[in-house]
Amino acid sequence: MTDATPAPSRPLPQADEISKEFFDGGMAGRLMLMKCTACGALRLPSRRHCDVCLADETAWVESSGKGVVRSFGIMHQRYHPGFQTPYNVAFVELEEGVRLPTNIVGVANDAIRVGMPVVVEWDRYEDVALPKFRPA
Amino acid sequence: MGHPMRGATAITGLGITPMGRIFGKSANELAADAVREAIADSGLRKDEIDGLLINPGITGTTGGGIGLGLQNYLGLNNLRLLNHMNAAGSTAAQMVQYASLAIAAGMANHVVCVFADNPLTEGKSSGSSYGGASRMPSRPQGVAGLYQHAGFFGPNTSYALACSRHMELYGTTHDQLGAIAVAERAWAVMNPRAQMRDPMTLEMYHASRWIVEPLHLLDCCLVSNGAVAVIVSGADQAKDMKAPPVYVLGMGQGHPGDPLRSGSDWETETGAKIAAKTAFSMAGLGPRDMTQLQLYDCYTYTVLVTLEDYGFCAKGEGGPFVADGKLGPGGSLPTNTGGGELSGYYMWGMTPLSEAVIQGRGQGGERQQKNDAILCTGNGGILNYHGALILGPNRS
Ligand SMILES: [Zn+2]
Repeated sequence: MTDATPAPSRPLPQADEISKEFFDGGMAGRLMLMKCTACGALRLPSRRHCDVCLADETAWVESSGKGVVRSFGIMHQRYHPGFQTPYNVAFVELEEGVRLPTNIVGVANDAIRVGMPVVVEWDRYEDVALPKFRPA
Repeated sequence: MGHPMRGATAITGLGITPMGRIFGKSANELAADAVREAIADSGLRKDEIDGLLINPGITGTTGGGIGLGLQNYLGLNNLRLLNHMNAAGSTAAQMVQYASLAIAAGMANHVVCVFADNPLTEGKSSGSSYGGASRMPSRPQGVAGLYQHAGFFGPNTSYALACSRHMELYGTTHDQLGAIAVAERAWAVMNPRAQMRDPMTLEMYHASRWIVEPLHLLDCCLVSNGAVAVIVSGADQAKDMKAPPVYVLGMGQGHPGDPLRSGSDWETETGAKIAAKTAFSMAGLGPRDMTQLQLYDCYTYTVLVTLEDYGFCAKGEGGPFVADGKLGPGGSLPTNTGGGELSGYYMWGMTPLSEAVIQGRGQGGERQQKNDAILCTGNGGILNYHGALILGPNRS
């Protein structure tokens, strides 16, 4: 239909061996966290071992998807062609205590505040969905 | 009876290459230039060097950085101590620490600690060398990819997030952060080695473009090609050597761990807090005894939070503390007297360390400050790693 080069995309994460349930959960609209079955600590599935007790037996639990903005910034320098500046970046702390890097959506950049209550909203692509957050 | 490591070693040699957009030399070649100068400065013969500690800078990750092969390039044979170290910006202080411990244990006499880096490419911007976008896969694996999808690029992003939390919690302002940048530039004007020597006003600071809000361009360090080497020797030998010895009076480290872990206050409480206790205790000194500071300053905010964590002011009061210009020339707490990494040159932890040695020797020229006790810090990662040295011209 068209021979125009498609706009460059943001890097799209995909599951690795230990994060499959997290990414599968995202496609189903569920924010899944890894839970250490030895000590109960929750974490993002970024590692096989629990960072509290070093056990490697895990279960999966679903987050409420609610949290607060821990900190945020507004990117003005453009480092990658998939991003249009300015855009925000943030760490959100879920009510379960787990933190993740994300973007705040559905609000102007200058209205974002540290401590602002937020709730997950999925940014959906063909084979992956990423957790973003909008004001609760 | 004082701590056995207090004054046990001294920095006895210093070599600094030209800094900044210096092209045409490999990292090994830059390192060799700095080491040759440090050896000459110390008055040692090359074959008296029996230890080598190596820290490569960002090119250790991106390619072309110095590594263990530097030993052979330097023609240093029969070494008794050798390692390639990397705890990011805290490494320079750490190299001096491990060298001191080894010397005190009788494992070496004269240890060269060297940093070299050449991330700048002719015709390309400084920012492109640390953002990492060119190395980013289109399909990053696992949850680490959440950073890439959200558009976090390099340390600028994460330091901006730390700074924004401090500003929100404590009311820290851009005028206060700007006071740090302005003070350091005023020092750089007096440093012939500095890359940025044009005077700067607070208005110029505010007018500089955003990199990652709340960080302006003038909140961020430079990027430099260059190398710095220091030599650490036992104090008994140091007193008879060519250069005025700068004694190591205190040493400490602090590494708080994963910023994403629940309960971490990584944004506003750093490893400096842990390192301060060890270093001050070893030296038998406290913050009030420090006559000048050489603080790692990858960003203005790093200086502010470091001042708080060492107890120069209470947590949250760093902004008002620096706002009166006390860090600059004529101020009550001279800090980063060579212009630091913001306006001088960016050699990771070697920036504060090299200026601490110059000041400790009394060779600061028109920018020389009282040097009885110099706090010299290194910070690396995203406030993840911290190294502290307390240095001075007198052993006791
Ligand atoms: Zn556990």
